[in-house]
Order: sequence, then C-alpha cells, then structure tokens
Amino acid sequence: MYANPNSIINPSLWPNGPAPGCFFNFPGANVTSTSSSSGIITRTQSPVTTGTSILGLVFDGGVMLAGDMLGSYGSMAKFRSIERTIKVNNSTVLGATGDIADFQHLKAIIEQKVIDEDCADDGFTLKPKALHTWLTRVLYNRRSKFDPLWNTFLVAGIEDGEPYLGCVDKIGTAFSDSKIATGYGAHIALPLMREGLEKKPQMTQEEARALLINCLRVLFYRDCRALNKHQIATITKEGVTIENNIELDTNWEVANFVIGYE
Amino acid sequence: MFRNQYDNDVTVWSPQGRIHQVEYAMEAVKQGSATIGLKSKTHAAIVALKRATSELSAYQKKIIPIDTHMGMTIAGLTADARFLSRYMRTECLNHRYSHDEPLPVSRLIGNLGNKLQVCTQRYDRRPYGVGLLVAGYDDKGPHIYQTCPSATYFDCKAMAIGARSQSARTYLEKHLNEFLECSVEDLVRHGLRALRDTLPNEVELTSKNVSIGVVGKGMDFTIYDDGGVESFLAGLDKEDRRGGRPLPPDVEGDLKEVPVGESTAAPQDPAMSVEMDVEPHSGKD
Repeated sequence: MYANPNSIINPSLWPNGPAPGCFFNFPGANVTSTSSSSGIITRTQSPVTTGTSILGLVFDGGVMLAGDMLGSYGSMAKFRSIERTIKVNNSTVLGATGDIADFQHLKAIIEQKVIDEDCADDGFTLKPKALHTWLTRVLYNRRSKFDPLWNTFLVAGIEDGEPYLGCVDKIGTAFSDSKIATGYGAHIALPLMREGLEKKPQMTQEEARALLINCLRVLFYRDCRALNKHQIATITKEGVTIENNIELDTNWEVANFVIGYE
Repeated sequence: MFRNQYDNDVTVWSPQGRIHQVEYAMEAVKQGSATIGLKSKTHAAIVALKRATSELSAYQKKIIPIDTHMGMTIAGLTADARFLSRYMRTECLNHRYSHDEPLPVSRLIGNLGNKLQVCTQRYDRRPYGVGLLVAGYDDKGPHIYQTCPSATYFDCKAMAIGARSQSARTYLEKHLNEFLECSVEDLVRHGLRALRDTLPNEVELTSKNVSIGVVGKGMDFTIYDDGGVESFLAGLDKEDRRGGRPLPPDVEGDLKEVPVGESTAAPQDPAMSVEMDVEPHSGKD
C-alpha cells in the first residue's frame, strides 16, 4: 500500500524487501498489511462433510431425537455410519446437522466437560438447558469472529423432571419448542410433526416414535442427502437410550409413475 | 522485626512443621468481629456482629451478597474479603452467562480454595487474612461453607468465626440437633443467641450492630439490616444470656481479649513462644 503510489516516481530501494530500518518479513512470521488489510482471519467458510436433518419431538414424559447416519461429501454419500446423535450424560442428548468435523470438534469439548464433572464428583451434571445455553454462547462467539461452526444443534433432555428440547444454529439463534426439525426436515418433516401434534398434543412414547419414523421415511424419499440408516434417541426420567442402524421399510413402486426426470 | 527466624515468608517451614505466616493470617481472622452461619433443611442463615471503629464512624458492613443464591459474612481483613467477593461474583456471573443457571456453591468454594492455596505456596505472596462463612442454596440444598486463610474449607452444619467465637460454637454444638427442623425465624433466632454469647456483658445486640443474611428454598439471598433485624431481635433481651450456665473454661479465655468496639490500641499478636527456644535470631541479617 505504502510503496505503490510512489513507486513510479520514486522506485523502491528493494522491491518486496523491508523498508529501510525495518526487518525482513520471513515466511510464517506476522504478515503485515500487504496480504490482509482487514486483519480478519477466515477459515472454513462452508461445510465439507455434512449431515442432514435432525428431528426432535417432545412426548408425554420424555423427548426423542431422530436422524440418519450419513456423512455426505458434497452430493456423494461418502460416510454411511456417522453418529450424529450422541449421549452427553444420563439426562441429555445432542444431535447435529451440518459440518461433521465442526460437530466432532465440539463433541470432544463437551465430552471433556462431562469428564471434568465426573471427576468433581459433586453430584452436579450438565443439564439440557445449560448445554443449550453454552452451545449458543460458543456458536455466537464463533460467528462473531466470522468463523462460524457450521452446525445446527438440537439439545434434548430431562430438566427437573420436565422434557426439554432446544435448537441453536450456526449464528447463535436459539429457541426451544416441543417439535423442531433442522435442515431439509424443517421443510419436509416439521409440517408432518405439527399435524401429528395438533391431532394429539400429549403423545405417548410409542406414538411419538411412530410419527418420527414416518417423518424419517418421508425424508428418505424426498431428501437427496438422506440415508436409510437411522438413529433414534429417547430420553425419559429413566435415562437415555440410543438405537443405532435402524432401517425402514420403503416402497418405491410409486417411482414408476414419476415422469419427466429421465 | 520478625518473631523468629522461620516466619520471614510463607514458603519457609519451621522445624516443628509449621508455616508461621499462614498461622499469623489465621490469627487475623480471630481479630475480626464474630459471625455465625447455620442451616436448616431448607434455609441457610448468617448473622454477624458489626463494629464501628469510632464513635464518629458508621458500622462496618459484614455481609457481602455474591449472587441471588449466595452471600457471605467475613471476619478479618475487609479489603481482602472485598477482593475475594469480587472474584466470587465474577465466577457466579460468568457461569450464569455461559450456562444460564446459578453456579453450584461447592464448585465455587472449590475454585476459591484453589485460589487461596496459591498464596500459601509462593514467597512473593501473602495469605488472605480473612475467614469467610458462605451461605448458599442450590440443587443440593442449603450450604454453609467456612474458608480459612490456610486455604482449607469446610462444609458445615453450623459454624462461628471471629473474635470470641468459641462461645458461639459452644452454643451451636449444644443446639445442633434443633436446627434441621427450624423455621427461618427460629434459625435466625438461634444464630442471634449464639452471637450474643460472644458479647462482653456490657454490650447488647441492637439493630445497629447486627446484620442477618438468609437464603433458601424459593428465597433469594436477602440481607436484613438496621430496622429489618428488629423483628428478629424482639424478645431476645428478655431471655437469659447463656442460659444461666457457667462459662466453659475455653470461653473464659476468649473473653480476655479486647472488648468489641472499644479498643484503640493495636491488638497483640500471639507470642510464638515455642519457637524462641530453638535458636534466637541474631539480628545481623
């Protein structure tokens, strides 16, 4: 910046070298204004390996999370057994949409938090609301550095005997509801879940599970980033259970009637 | 200048296995006016005796609120207590910001204990000359924690620290079994009776020199001062002091200290006589 206007009239002493009296910029040392005038460092600005929708549904006495196990590499169904729903502790479960690497980074941090709490052995554990807030702070902090963690998270659990379901996205927007779907599921599955809850506001665990499985099936039909291999996590007062590798019956006969895409 | 050759700084052991600087700091707590903490099944209460340094000055504040679920009383150096309270407030606030829930009392005290310990192990630091009684309420119920300059801390059913607090501890030990089922009013009343036992005969508990703090189930930490303590004090003066019992010997020893609010002479440091016959200090270095 400094040299340019004068360079024609007053050619510099040593092009790309240090200004007189200053030190040479060695590779890897602090780069001055020549390369980045704003001083903002940008890293991943788009996701690489991604997971698609996660669904969350509150029922009478608990809450469920459901999603598939695919890690897509662009449009390629590359990793087919990624655990996108994890158990945090006996009252809390976390599900992630978006960049798998960013999720696994946060997963490691959260697991360390839980280990620290186990070591403290004082009877206090991470509650779903606390984890939801903590994630919100972390995600908002990263977006404020223009370096977001490219995820939408669902936090589900039991807090003081009541089911809790919360959502937070990569810019730190957070809310809680009795039914949440992230990603493509927000368009495809959420209306189905709303419809189910309108018919029966207080669902039993079995009804909630049937509704979620129906949503997962519809998503598998319509979402090109979905896989027919699912995880369903159930959180009740009794604790957390996560079922892995659930395959659903599908019927593609209707595909014969679809025309115009050949 | 030094009492013996082993109290130059906090990192030096005496041959008897003591660290004198830390013990001196523990003595500073005993110079502070008395304060008492006790808890029932649902509430924790702290009561404190305030001192005025002169006729012209106001009574020194003894209870410091930390968060909505926690507060503490102090005995010892007020300035050190203010520093520690700022740390505790910050920790509570940060936890509320990052997790949207009150910081568990045991966690805070654990961290505070670590902070206190650092300055008992470095030659360029001094121990904090203050003892704290922290009253808090969290998911595990009410708590009373005592901290010392030596960086030890205790989870207490009831405790008294400060000048002539032995008589209060005697009272608390005698009535320990009654506290659990107490209402808030009765709990505070027990605290006030214990506090009264630390007073010299000519001094009375008044709304001027008493502070009360209460926290518990469905109740944020609340401080009662001045007019607010009058309902708790009412009728207390009609009760016999110390139940008409003779003083235990340890209490009598306590009472030889300078009466509260009267002293202008500097309090005497305790003599470390045991050290003197090890080797007299040469005074050359």
